Amino acid sequence: MASFKSEEVAAIHRHLHSHLPSDPALRVKALESLAIEKGLVTAETIDSWIEAYRDHIGPKRGAAVVARAWTDTDFHARLMDDAAEAIRDFGFEGSATGHLKAVENTSDTHNLIVCTLCSCYPFSLLGMSPSWYKSAEYRARSVREPRKVLAEFGVDLARDIAVRVWDSTAELRYIVIPQRPKGTESWDADRLAGIVTRNSMIGTDRDLTLETC
Amino acid sequence: MFAPDDPLAPAGPVFAEPWHAQTLAIADALISSGHITAADWAETLGAALRATDAAGRADTSETYYGAALTALETLTARNTLVSAADLLLRKQQWIAAYRQTPHGKPVMLDPG
Repeated sequence: MASFKSEEVAAIHRHLHSHLPSDPALRVKALESLAIEKGLVTAETIDSWIEAYRDHIGPKRGAAVVARAWTDTDFHARLMDDAAEAIRDFGFEGSATGHLKAVENTSDTHNLIVCTLCSCYPFSLLGMSPSWYKSAEYRARSVREPRKVLAEFGVDLARDIAVRVWDSTAELRYIVIPQRPKGTESWDADRLAGIVTRNSMIGTDRDLTLETC
Repeated sequence: MFAPDDPLAPAGPVFAEPWHAQTLAIADALISSGHITAADWAETLGAALRATDAAGRADTSETYYGAALTALETLTARNTLVSAADLLLRKQQWIAAYRQTPHGKPVMLDPG
């Protein structure tokens, strides 16, 4: 009977404390509350960052930049020369795009972006990175066997197309400019932006389809 | 094994857990305010990720954000006046606050 009662007490105990957050959630609460008290950050900064990256900043920004590059030769030249400066036209500069390089796919070259060290990514231009980009598997294999990784993403590259893998760092991030699909010659930039996928700007997608997202 | 995005799949939440977003938000705020450098953040996060890999942790988002939190705690203790002991004590205070607060009421730290 004693063991039954102790199990019952444990169950009540678990129920009473079931609203206790997880250990990492508690560690973040500790960090955030102390950082605010010490004046290292403000609650408003944290809240507005989360709202921006949860609800507003995403790959549509990068798609707008790609579409402009396809339709505006002057902008294209500026983007390839200094991407960090060119995206200021859109007001897209910010987190992790202080130094940004645009790399362009051609009929004989394909570009692939990775961060082998951690997860460096042009957040203010593409939003939060997908979970696979942060995985140990992608970070290791995209350098070692890029064609195999691309095939798994559905990109079967012909042998005569070279693959260039760009390793992002805290100081330099990348965006891939995919090729403009044939049959879009009469399209304006807004319509073109609708077919540019997030993965195509990382390099894990190549041939864009004409279906508007 | 990777796979192409399914364009017909409903869009999932950007952050699976609120603490994932809070971790990156605090890191970005500390970089913007100059308390930590972007290079330090990348190096420390990279080291934390290598440690999780060496420990055989599953290659998941949860593991990634756990490493990000460890990196953030390391850099905060190294570069600011918030020590590891401060963080541990404050976590215990939050646990006490949760335990003392009836379910459904807002959880506040004891001002004393």
